[in-house]
Amino acid sequence: MSLQPILELKNVHSGYGSIKALKGISLKVMPGEIVAIIGANGAGKSTTLMTICGIVPIEKGEIYYDGKLINKVSAEKLPTMGLCQVPEGRRIFPRLSVMENLRLGAFHRDDTDQIMKDIQHSYEMFPILGERKAQQGGTLSGGEQQMLAIARALMTKPKVLLLDEPSLGLAPIIIQQIFDIIAKINKEEDVTILLVEQNANLALQAASRGYVVETGEITLEDEAQSLLTNPKIREAYLGE
Amino acid sequence: MRLLPWHKPHLLVRPNNLKLRKLNTMEYFIQQLINGLTLGGMYALIALGYTMVYGVIQLINFAHGEFFAAGGYVGAIALAYFAGIGYMDSHPVICLTASFMIAMAYCAYLAVGVEKIAYKPLRKNSRLAALLSALGMSIFLSNGMMLTQGVYDKVYPGELFQGRFDFGMVTISYLQIMIVSLTACLLVGLNLLVFKTKIGMAMRATAQDKTMSALVAIGSNRIISLTFAIGAGLAAAAGIMYGLYYGSVKYDMGFVPGIKAFAAAVLGGIGNITGAMIGGLIIGMVEIFGAGYISGEYKDVFAFIILISVLYFKPNGIMGENIDDTRV
Repeated sequence: MSLQPILELKNVHSGYGSIKALKGISLKVMPGEIVAIIGANGAGKSTTLMTICGIVPIEKGEIYYDGKLINKVSAEKLPTMGLCQVPEGRRIFPRLSVMENLRLGAFHRDDTDQIMKDIQHSYEMFPILGERKAQQGGTLSGGEQQMLAIARALMTKPKVLLLDEPSLGLAPIIIQQIFDIIAKINKEEDVTILLVEQNANLALQAASRGYVVETGEITLEDEAQSLLTNPKIREAYLGE
Repeated sequence: MRLLPWHKPHLLVRPNNLKLRKLNTMEYFIQQLINGLTLGGMYALIALGYTMVYGVIQLINFAHGEFFAAGGYVGAIALAYFAGIGYMDSHPVICLTASFMIAMAYCAYLAVGVEKIAYKPLRKNSRLAALLSALGMSIFLSNGMMLTQGVYDKVYPGELFQGRFDFGMVTISYLQIMIVSLTACLLVGLNLLVFKTKIGMAMRATAQDKTMSALVAIGSNRIISLTFAIGAGLAAAAGIMYGLYYGSVKYDMGFVPGIKAFAAAVLGGIGNITGAMIGGLIIGMVEIFGAGYISGEYKDVFAFIILISVLYFKPNGIMGENIDDTRV
């Protein structure tokens, strides 16, 4: 295969002060893929995404995005390059309106007309956001906030979207909606997705490939289908 | 010791107020209302700097009062310069506008520098470290002003806005009209900036969640600098108003009004811009009315009674949200 990975981590170490959260993570994401990272609570999944985004400083190793080394690129620069994250807990700006939250997704963009069109497009994709556009972000329900967080991230015009626990705290019916949207974004908007989930079953069904993280290291990587049928995985993460 | 006019606002407001000693008249009340509005507007301008900086980086910037004092000095120097070259008589409005702009720009740069030197390196440390750094900065700046400008009052070029309107016993000076209307313009302008523009939206976002702001390409350093610059610019405007109103400035003049404006910010709900405006007006009014109806000797006490009561009974202030809310 001659395709170059759009996102690649090579032996990445990082942590918080003396706590080493990542001890050599290596992974690849090819353009157009949905890749899942699964693992238990505290395994380093979220830290992996925060390290990619430059929020948690990298100590060792390399991160390549679109062929460029991005170790030293500041966090606020990455969204302008097309690398965007929907963080765990959604982190909607609670005292900004839905409209303002969306508008801020396009903070680095100057194409005002296109921004307005994109906001309209978000309302078409998530009609509930259109109904609540003047409401403060903090007053939305969990599912609505997740939709807003995804819509806000799409406003940055990402090539790669990092999604951290999109199912967290949501009702099963809402989770299904969110995952349908994720698949749709991947297909229709041509966005590559790196998905972190504790809900391994859900994540592996949506993804084409998966990585298993345990205490800061990748212990297994495979096609999503094979992981789903792997007895070890079934025992450890799928509750059998 | 020569008393600064500051210490006798009920007397000094204008010499002709001396005839208004009848406490129970409507005119006296209205006069106090006008004086309170003037003073309260100045407090509101200063309080905004405290509240905006707190909103964005959760720091009580105790050096903020020094920006107010520095603004007063720079304004005095600029006005004296314009008077010296003879522009003041021919173009008073232009000179005054230019002085305001120079002082506001100077203090904005000063504040950005102070933040870079004294607060930014401590941003990852405990809040107490930055607070102590702020106290140190306050002493440093006020002593710097003392060393460069001297320990005595610097008299303001006082010929500006000498006129006044008399409505029976009530007097409104041109200066008061200028101060109140300029304050109103600055407050409206700030509201538009914070609530209607993209950069204002980014400021509010940074105040609510800095990590998430970075994830949508908002550089928090830039926003923090901007916040300091705006806050100090407003304080500098208040500094010139103070100098014009009371006729002089002094190196340590930032301290007491600074603490009172801090009380105003707490009263309004620290971190809340509308709250700081309301808090400033209330503190100004309480001070003037307290001095006018109770005793001028106690005028500084009123602001602090309010501060202590607010902290005791309603620590979130008038407009403040819940402190334990997920934000900041």
